[in-house]
Amino acid sequence: MSGHIVPVRIYLGVFLALLALTALTTAVAFYDLGKWNTVAALAIAVTKMLLVILFFMHLKYSSGLTRLILLAGFFWFALLVALTLSDELTRNWTPPPGPWSALLPFLHRLIL
Amino acid sequence: MDQQHEAGNLGMWVFLVTEIMFFGGLFACYTIYRALHLEAFETGSRLLEVQFGAANTAVLIGSSLTMALAIHAAQAGKRKSHIIFYLILTMILGALFLGLKFTFEWHHDYIEHLVPGFGFAYTGPYAPGVEMFFCFYFFMTGLHALHMIVGLGVLTVLTIMAARGRFSAEYYYPLEVSGLYWHFVDIVWIFLFPLLYLIGGRYAMGGGH
Repeated sequence: MSGHIVPVRIYLGVFLALLALTALTTAVAFYDLGKWNTVAALAIAVTKMLLVILFFMHLKYSSGLTRLILLAGFFWFALLVALTLSDELTRNWTPPPGPWSALLPFLHRLIL
Repeated sequence: MDQQHEAGNLGMWVFLVTEIMFFGGLFACYTIYRALHLEAFETGSRLLEVQFGAANTAVLIGSSLTMALAIHAAQAGKRKSHIIFYLILTMILGALFLGLKFTFEWHHDYIEHLVPGFGFAYTGPYAPGVEMFFCFYFFMTGLHALHMIVGLGVLTVLTIMAARGRFSAEYYYPLEVSGLYWHFVDIVWIFLFPLLYLIGGRYAMGGGH
């Protein structure tokens, strides 16, 4: 049959690794690491996600098409976050334009 | 049969990608408002009970394990009692998660007046931003809980199918496809836990809570 049978010991190993990472991420949150707190929390979460996807969800044994579809999903999610943030975080870079009359001295110099 | 198996799996993955976008909108909103109101979100995060979040993470990881073992039992051609045992264990862990969430956490938040719209009465620093954090908290965990409830319904149907002897080493696809959904819901929680409970500077409280 098509389904790849994953040995039970791999499932148990992944389970224990996930528990250990949960304990680790909780423990790390109690130490002041500045910006690295967020980085560590997200890095551990991504590691846990990969463990679940690869082994529990059998992606390690799946077809390239399945992986491509999942990658497309993550790609669109990255676009969603990156483009929205790029708007929100750069709004103060340029001041809002004033009334058009503020441009008059500049235009005068340009013409005369 | 191989092609049907592949197509069924692929269909579920496509559905899960739409779910990524569904939750992704919320995660993107959360990221932006967190960037805009960092202090308020960190204050709100510290008001959550981290031990419940961590315990629930462990419970949900356990339910993912038993779900994987249920599929494994079917694949390996074990007796149907094996499959039913793991499915029921998965449901018990899923129900335990929801029980902890509703009766301990949400109830506790309600008593502490932290539920926006239901007597929200936090008056400390950054109160409007903290209220926004709790809106995110209840909406995101609520949507996740809703997915868990749907998952419990799916598991009930699977248990009935297993009891009727529908699954074998040749045919276990409903189990596998439902398992993908269950693991996805687990992954959503794997991200919600650090985002809501942890990255709010727990160290600032002088350890423990």
